[in-house]
Amino acid sequence: MSTATSAQAPAKSGRGTLYRGNEGQWSWVIHRITGVAIFFFLLVHVLDTSLVRVSPEAYNAVLGTYKNPLMAVGEVGLVAAIVYHAFNGLRIILVDFWKGGTKHHKKMLWAVVALSVVTVGAFAIRHLMLALGGH
Amino acid sequence: MSATVESTIAAPRTGRIDPKYTRDKTKSGNFEMLAWLFMRLSGVALVVLIFVHLFSNLMVGDGINGLDFGFVAGKWADPFWQFWDLALLWLSMLHGTNGVRTIINDYAERDGVRFWLKMVLYAATTVIIVLGTLVIFTFEPCLVGADGMLLESTPAFCETL
Repeated sequence: MSTATSAQAPAKSGRGTLYRGNEGQWSWVIHRITGVAIFFFLLVHVLDTSLVRVSPEAYNAVLGTYKNPLMAVGEVGLVAAIVYHAFNGLRIILVDFWKGGTKHHKKMLWAVVALSVVTVGAFAIRHLMLALGGH
Repeated sequence: MSATVESTIAAPRTGRIDPKYTRDKTKSGNFEMLAWLFMRLSGVALVVLIFVHLFSNLMVGDGINGLDFGFVAGKWADPFWQFWDLALLWLSMLHGTNGVRTIINDYAERDGVRFWLKMVLYAATTVIIVLGTLVIFTFEPCLVGADGMLLESTPAFCETL
């Protein structure tokens, strides 16, 4: 009952409305931030890969800068952004196209978070073992 | 108070939009709907394309330690991976560009700023897509020196060609 009332007459802060300040808003904010971050990495990634057309030495030299402990942690961060954006993107598609989507969007967000934690956790273990230990 | 708020908001799809929400007076046909649909279709494809890309490059074999010129050469010797990476390049760039376009439209309120930010975005996108496509299809793994011999950094499979 209280949620229905607050949805119609929002508090002055705007909090407690259907959308603002809740799962719907925060999942959207994080989707945007991860999206922009991935886009800028993508620009750099195409440029660094293009160095294969310059010379093997140039490509290997630049790729070498990815192979240090600090970058290994950064790569886990990048993959975390990609994995969240991917799973939350699928959730958005379900909200848009599946009949029960709007009803279950909050539960689906927690499924997205859980799946992301498991996926990124598995990636991080393998990647950090390779990057930090494999010499 | 809530009654007055509700009475000023038109139901979706009535076409009655307050003029202050329509910055652009020109009709753009179905473009925005098609862009919305493209985000969903390319999004599903990108989940598969990127997860496989990350798995085959970072999770198997030596992972990141195995990445070098020879690794790329070995991958692009196979047309399957050339077209995989081509699809990855085009879909991710168009998906990302449309996402950033949406964000610019949301936050840049001045017409001139909005226009020029998008022009910079489209220029960057064009350069990256053209460059990436050329790199995938003009790549030559078995480089030969002036003496006609394979260069030192050439991947091993070039010797058998």
